[in-house]
Amino acid sequence: MRVGVVTFPGSLDDVDAVRAVRLAGHEAQPLWHGDADLRGVDAVVLPGGFSYGDYLRAGAISRFAPVMTEVVAAAGRGMPVLGICNGFQILTESHLLPGALIRNHHRKFICRDQALVIENTATAWTSGYRTGEEVTVVLKNGEGAFAADEQTLDRLEGEGRVVARYVGNPNGSMRDIAGVTNERGNVVGLMPHPEHAVEEGYGPGVAGLGFFTSLLETVAS
Amino acid sequence: MARVVVDVMPKPEILDPQGKAVLGALPRLGFSGVADVRQGKRFELTVDGEITDEVLAEVDKMAETLLSNPVIEDYSVRVEVDA
Repeated sequence: MRVGVVTFPGSLDDVDAVRAVRLAGHEAQPLWHGDADLRGVDAVVLPGGFSYGDYLRAGAISRFAPVMTEVVAAAGRGMPVLGICNGFQILTESHLLPGALIRNHHRKFICRDQALVIENTATAWTSGYRTGEEVTVVLKNGEGAFAADEQTLDRLEGEGRVVARYVGNPNGSMRDIAGVTNERGNVVGLMPHPEHAVEEGYGPGVAGLGFFTSLLETVAS
Repeated sequence: MARVVVDVMPKPEILDPQGKAVLGALPRLGFSGVADVRQGKRFELTVDGEITDEVLAEVDKMAETLLSNPVIEDYSVRVEVDA
């Protein structure tokens, strides 16, 4: 598959995401925030970082980048979209995913290995995992606490749209939520970084690779 | 000349760690009697021409779509006249 990785001004993890995409067997296509053009890709990754310096709110300015108009339209047509960390923040600001990410309750930036439980394996990005599988990837954020009203949280849980939960809540995320999906299962937002856990010797193992290899199974099925 | 001011505050049910940090710092500086602190944002919009109902409606739309995130924040819009 051809997987686009968007670079915004202030993106940090776009190169790691490109590397993860390639290691998973895909062709990586860099995309530029200022171009309203997805260059014929089959899926899009919005990487981590501090796009537009997190000015106003994390993800709030990126949402209006020309490329996002195309991403939102393609997501509506069913294209797989994965937002990691700042990418997740952009997806919530774009209203592609519910809720918001707010400052960690302890006010500290976290950077560490983090265990997650994959709860929904029906999404385009998690079909390669087993339900209930525990994976350890990297967590690094200052504004990573998932927040939504009780009704939204109940709906997400009731519809099985919690993709992953933290093992031990690191940042005050409501109901330990680390990642969620849209109704269709093609858009996934994830606060931790699977792209930093795709190679032995770099990071906490290779458990993150499944997010990128899942795409193949999604298309094959 | 008049300005339109938009105040954006975290919703009451949303935890405000920055406000909590300020609250924690006050007693360390010898200030007492503050029960709670909430930290928000203030935007001052200088508008071309007169501030009409249409302009205020437009600012309301700006506040809802860009200046605030309605999932976690409330906003209010008011006109401020310089003395």
